[in-house]
Amino acid sequence: MNFNLKIWRQKNSSTPGKFVDYSVKDIAEDTSFLEMLDILNEELIAKNEEPVAFDHDCREGICGMCSLHISGEPHGPKRKVTACQLFMRSFKDGESITVEPWRAEPFPVIKDCIVDRSAFDRIIQAGGFVSASTGSAPDGNAIPIPKKDADLAMDAASCIGCGACVAACKNSSAMLFVAAKVSHLAHLPQGKVERKERVLNMVAQMDKEGFGSCSNTYACEAECPKGISVAHIGFLNKEYLKASLS
Amino acid sequence: MVLDAKIPEGPIEKKWYNHKFNLKLVNPANRRKHRIIVVGTGLAGGAAAASLGEMGYEVVAFAYQDSARRAHSIAAQGGINAAKNYRNDGDSVYRLFYDTVKGGDYRAREANVYRLAELSVNIIDQCVAQGVPFAREYSGYLDNRSFGGAQVSRTFYARGQTGQQLLLGAYSALARQVGLGTVKMNARHEVLDIVVIDGRARGVIVRDMVTGEIERHSGDAVVLATGGYGNAYYLSTNAKGCNTTAIWRAYKRGAFFGNPCFVQIHPTCIPVSGDHQSKLTLMSESLRNDGRVWVPMKKDDPRKPNDIPEEERDYYLERRYPAFGNLVPRDVASRAAKLECDNGRGVGASKMAVYLDFADAIKRQGKAKIEEKYGNLFDMYQEITDENPYEVPMRIYPAVHYTMGGLWVDYNLMTTLPGLFAAGEANFSDHGANRLGASALMQGLADGYFVLPSTLSGYIGGTDLPKVSTDAPEFAEAEKDVRDKIDRLMSVKGDKSVDYFHKHLGKILWDKVGMGRNEAGLKEAISEIRELREDFWKNVRVLGDTNELNQSLEKAGRVADFFELAELIAIDALHRRESCGGHFREESQTEDNEAKRDDENFSYVAAWEFKGLNEQPELHKEELTFEYCKPSQRSYK
Ligand SMILES: Cc1cc2nc3c(=O)[nH]c(=O)nc-3n(C[C@H](O)[C@H](O)[C@H](O)COP(=O)(O)OP(=O)(O)OC[C@H]3O[C@@H](n4cnc5c(N)ncnc54)[C@H](O)[C@@H]3O)c2cc1C
Ligand code: SF4
Ligand code: FES
Repeated sequence: MNFNLKIWRQKNSSTPGKFVDYSVKDIAEDTSFLEMLDILNEELIAKNEEPVAFDHDCREGICGMCSLHISGEPHGPKRKVTACQLFMRSFKDGESITVEPWRAEPFPVIKDCIVDRSAFDRIIQAGGFVSASTGSAPDGNAIPIPKKDADLAMDAASCIGCGACVAACKNSSAMLFVAAKVSHLAHLPQGKVERKERVLNMVAQMDKEGFGSCSNTYACEAECPKGISVAHIGFLNKEYLKASLS
Repeated sequence: MVLDAKIPEGPIEKKWYNHKFNLKLVNPANRRKHRIIVVGTGLAGGAAAASLGEMGYEVVAFAYQDSARRAHSIAAQGGINAAKNYRNDGDSVYRLFYDTVKGGDYRAREANVYRLAELSVNIIDQCVAQGVPFAREYSGYLDNRSFGGAQVSRTFYARGQTGQQLLLGAYSALARQVGLGTVKMNARHEVLDIVVIDGRARGVIVRDMVTGEIERHSGDAVVLATGGYGNAYYLSTNAKGCNTTAIWRAYKRGAFFGNPCFVQIHPTCIPVSGDHQSKLTLMSESLRNDGRVWVPMKKDDPRKPNDIPEEERDYYLERRYPAFGNLVPRDVASRAAKLECDNGRGVGASKMAVYLDFADAIKRQGKAKIEEKYGNLFDMYQEITDENPYEVPMRIYPAVHYTMGGLWVDYNLMTTLPGLFAAGEANFSDHGANRLGASALMQGLADGYFVLPSTLSGYIGGTDLPKVSTDAPEFAEAEKDVRDKIDRLMSVKGDKSVDYFHKHLGKILWDKVGMGRNEAGLKEAISEIRELREDFWKNVRVLGDTNELNQSLEKAGRVADFFELAELIAIDALHRRESCGGHFREESQTEDNEAKRDDENFSYVAAWEFKGLNEQPELHKEELTFEYCKPSQRSYK
């Protein structure tokens, strides 16, 4: 398969970037999107041109490192997969594809398609945990947890922190990411003690980082590679309201 | 130098208890005066950094990813072992200990393994308290599954994402400490050298991967928890960035390297499909709970799997190992798959694959149940292969997965370089020559949450550690080494990419230091690795600048270290003229192709000391004694 690529090139955070056209030929359809970029990069190196920088690590859809905006959609056209799990068979032969970094103010570009997502870490640092210091835990079976709650918590906890939800949102809102963590911990007895401070502190940090507000367009859910449901946002709003009132 | 493993006195079940009592303590008020450097924030490093921070130490942590939440531990799928005996099926600390020593083919240290089994139960408790959403039964109690090499059900799991959930647990504990100011987290920072002053590890040289700045950091102790080196083979199930750099630098600064040739090749991975392939994807061992492995009886059978009738299939694991069946340990399962393929019964286009079939399980339990247990794995398989494993059996083949070898450590997890500790996959400690499934997560967390907080305090409390300055000549010298290496890489300006060399290196290792090894092949491997390394330093092309983000430079530095390590892997494999666990020397096998150990000559840990590049490293032996698990020919029949 052959493809025409339009890729965002930006030397560093202080230099403006621009799209550059490339083409790749004879790509096997079971090549992953990132492998297609690897092939392009090998060709660039052979031509003495600097390869395209993009974040990646596990290439299994779980680390959340890959973060490419592909032809207008975070992680590309296929639902519920990350860019690293996207295969070229999902594209048409000869198709033109644009590749760019997440576009959101709280995620500044570092180079080419790599952005700085440390804002997410700071939101977790503000309250996305249970304060259970090592050594203080009772037996794991001391508190039974209804399977339904454990499953709900697990659904929310599947978030990989990739930031596609932010990139998908016209307001650059981080509500889905924050809601997933709040919901995960609030559904477990272990997380209930600190649930009020947690939601207040995390939301405050989210605002401080400059993420926008949620206007219920649900683009986040549609683009989330892990299928995190917007129902968690509803849950977050309730948690927040309850915590602010008391 | 005589290796002293510092195994405490007393009966095995009392060793850790007594040792903790005998270790020196550091008064809570004094702890913040001690800075500890933690390199790597996966399960082992993340757990250690969080726990040490909670105790009150000043912790400085580093990771090469953009967040601690993305360490390679995140990718672990299947589960974590613990001797809880919640199933009432006869499990105990002693049985987990026994299974692990036996699974490791009697090449691990008994005292360490016992401690690991003991701590396994605390790990589950700790993780539950953090909010790790383990799978539960309808009663609300924790669920378990079985893993290879065990006849009890002791594996705790969170769907097919156990590593993710455990790492997010450790990450959240770490995030809490960062918020409280006890831990300073440096993401996108790569440690490139260890600084030794007066014979002790007192600091690290680090590259800020965004600005390219080279930094000096000093401390009272250094912990390396940088994961495994399976990526030396290029294709592996490891994340792309996994590397040996930090432990390799430590080796060159005096820490011994233990059992480098003990590399685990995992039986159930998605087979290689073409040259463009950049990594291999694991299909969790937990699938062998319900999947049945088979090949057609006939060689080169052209039929589709579902057209091959039952009586023309060979469920070779069930046939050869009736007691453990599809749940034999990994080394055994991998070799059996290779044997079938070498004998012409492999399947798929490349003929280098065997089937893993769920038809019976789906018939018995229903599709919904299988989906609940393995849904995400099945989806991933379908995504990659474009085949539906609910309808067609999976095709699988072994791939490099885990490294049992690593820095040699004593019972305190301290290397032979005083003040330098190694934890998690980066050390050699607990898995002998073969790791059992669901035991790496257990070991990483045991090291990080429970062992290091005690033993590191013991070191700091019991050692006179004068203040050191980053202006010390040792820092300047180490920094110069790092800068020189970077300059050398940038100035070659050759005509071949880093990946070109890495792929070739990987092929040499896979062909000659892979699942089957022999003397002639290993000798060839050593000279081929050397030649290729020379070629690398003459012809590699690294573009871009050093003072900004530069992924080619990062890769080049890692591959340069892999070259040196690869040679040591082959040297170790050559010297160990026995088969044990994942190390299969073709010269040493039984009539029915099982690995044949040689306890008389090789019942030791091989700890290698660096003697200079192109010099033969010096072998030190830690003799292993087995007071509790008497070595026997490992049988899973
Ligand atoms: C696909 C897969 C599935 C697995 N499934 C299971 C399972 O089900 N059960 C099980 O028990 N085990 C499993 N394992 C094994 C297990 O996941 C690993 O052995 C374990 O997670 C390693 O943890 P760690 O903390 O030692 O290292 P890692 O998680 O690899 O962390 C390494 C850390 O070191 C950092 N680092 C590395 N080099 C440097 C450097 N030079 N400078 C700075 N930082 C550095 C990284 O950024 C990272 O933070 C699996 C492994 C794989 C590959
Ligand atoms: S909610 Fe979904 S899109 Fe947002 S960070 Fe989590 S996994 Fe990514
Ligand atoms: S590289 Fe890890 S999720 Fe894509």
